[in-house]
Amino acid sequence: MSVVSNQPTIDLREPGGWRRSKNQIATGLMYFAFVVILVPLGLVIFEVIAKGAKAISWQFLTSSTVPPNVMPLGQGGMGAAVVGTLEITAFAALIAVPLGILGAVYINEYGGRTWLSRLISFMSDVMVGVPSIVMGLFIFTVWVIPHGLTGLSGLAGSFALACLMLPLVIRSAYEMLLLVPNHLREASYALGATKSRVTLTVVLPSAVSGIVSGSLLAIARAAGETAPLLFTVGAVESTNTNLFSGATTALPLQIFSNALSPYTGAEERAWGCALTLIVIAFILLFVARIVTARFTRYTR
Amino acid sequence: MSTDVQADPAKSAGSASPLSQRRPLGDRGFQLLALCAGLLVLAILIGIAASTAQQGSDWFSTAGFKGIFSTVWDVGNNQFGMMAFVFGTVLTSVIAIIIAVPVSVSVALLLTEVVPRRWAQPIVTIIDLLAVVPSVVWGLWGILVLEPWIEPIYASIASGVNGIPVLDNLFGESNGGVSGASFFTCGLILSIMITPIITSLSREVIATVPAIDKEGAYALGATRWEMIRGAVWPHSQSGVVSAILVGLGRAMGETIAAALVIGSSVQVTSHLFVPGYSIPAVIANEFGESSGEFRSALIGLGLVLFVITIIVNLVARWIVGRSTRRSRGA
Repeated sequence: MSVVSNQPTIDLREPGGWRRSKNQIATGLMYFAFVVILVPLGLVIFEVIAKGAKAISWQFLTSSTVPPNVMPLGQGGMGAAVVGTLEITAFAALIAVPLGILGAVYINEYGGRTWLSRLISFMSDVMVGVPSIVMGLFIFTVWVIPHGLTGLSGLAGSFALACLMLPLVIRSAYEMLLLVPNHLREASYALGATKSRVTLTVVLPSAVSGIVSGSLLAIARAAGETAPLLFTVGAVESTNTNLFSGATTALPLQIFSNALSPYTGAEERAWGCALTLIVIAFILLFVARIVTARFTRYTR
Repeated sequence: MSTDVQADPAKSAGSASPLSQRRPLGDRGFQLLALCAGLLVLAILIGIAASTAQQGSDWFSTAGFKGIFSTVWDVGNNQFGMMAFVFGTVLTSVIAIIIAVPVSVSVALLLTEVVPRRWAQPIVTIIDLLAVVPSVVWGLWGILVLEPWIEPIYASIASGVNGIPVLDNLFGESNGGVSGASFFTCGLILSIMITPIITSLSREVIATVPAIDKEGAYALGATRWEMIRGAVWPHSQSGVVSAILVGLGRAMGETIAAALVIGSSVQVTSHLFVPGYSIPAVIANEFGESSGEFRSALIGLGLVLFVITIIVNLVARWIVGRSTRRSRGA
């Protein structure tokens, strides 16, 4: 093609008409997809706040006796479920977070590229995809059945949630350990430190913000899980502060059973529980965000 | 969670032999502790398979493979065919994938290629919010808000497609009309729930496209869309497919939301607007009252679900692994 010599100004910015329209349509569709995501999120948060706020009161959050389904909203409350959720989730975190971090330390610091380390890394990835109800069945068969009637307890629920959280913590901690620059490790070895000392005092502290926020996200996800608790904690109507013996209850379980019941009071209590649970999960998420934003040292 | 697609495995410092051969006891103890924590993952996975297989064997010994592929579910007569539930699980998660994938991939592209970085962070936060809304809250919203609202829509669609060959089979009325609690409602709720995971995994993959490829496309005069198709897509294709598979596995295992909105009716049908059932939903709803062979069959269903989701996730990991090997080789 010859250069058109009598046309000195060529508009370099302008892609062809149809090509440009196509580009604009595609960009428009991407923004539209984001709006599509916002709609259900907005609707669910609106409904939960609008309907849940009516149910929430000090008595609702602390009363130690869950009323029967038929009762109207004014009586009793969900204190038992709030206590149950906090205890079960906290103990699950106590089990899963240290083990998860240790697992990640093994994969990244000790295992290196050996077959065992790669297998564990691969399998922890796969384990993230194991359905939560299967974790519940697993703990039911290995813990609840052998212990008979006393097997149903907050402890069993914690085990099930810990199984769920473990691979999540391993994955996020592993990613964070990968970001720690090698020269830190090398400098510490040069000072004569042992490997465990390097890991505990240099590597982990420099990845701590990412590990903390990853763990908080895992805890937030586990706190809202119902399926692992269905057959592990039992269901009682009064507060049981003892995690290690006796059946207990939790917020997700109360939402599940009240959602299926036809009474107005039960429905309202379900919305109240939903609001409480969402607030707990969102608080964990925002703390994780703040930790990431304020204290991150190494990023991609 | 995430895949380590662009994770550079070139590390492992200090693996060189230490100067003194005998390492202190505490040091070796810590290594052993870490190893045990790692092995715990394998132990749990093996434990799940072994314990559910052992508990499910009661059912399997009487029903055999015929039981897995039978669609007859009759608790009174100890007939526990699993196919209706496998069908429901696959159908609802495929619906979820069909709805969620275009949205998720678009948002992932929006985040990485379109909006400026300072806008990306708030959008990611919103997607994280979506991810931490508990399953049971989606179920509650689905059963109390979405179902009553969507049922008349189903009814009008059903009357609209009445008599049209294929559409009638999919969206038409079945013998009992249409229902708000149905395969489709369940698929819809699942699609909302798996959008965050597909978005974040796709975003991670798309973010690894080399800037030089993108700049090259722009330098050739490509529009942004042409750049995405020419430079971003070929590079991130397999990663996105793997993200979709992870989302599929998530949708298959999603329990409580499905248990609340799927309608709890054991049937295999082409109609989408009628009540159905899925594996996790039936376990959640029936396990508490079950005993004997019934309970064994439900645990067997759990094992089937475990195996299906493990396979889906293995394939997802395998696709990612293959593509990273290939791109490293190139």
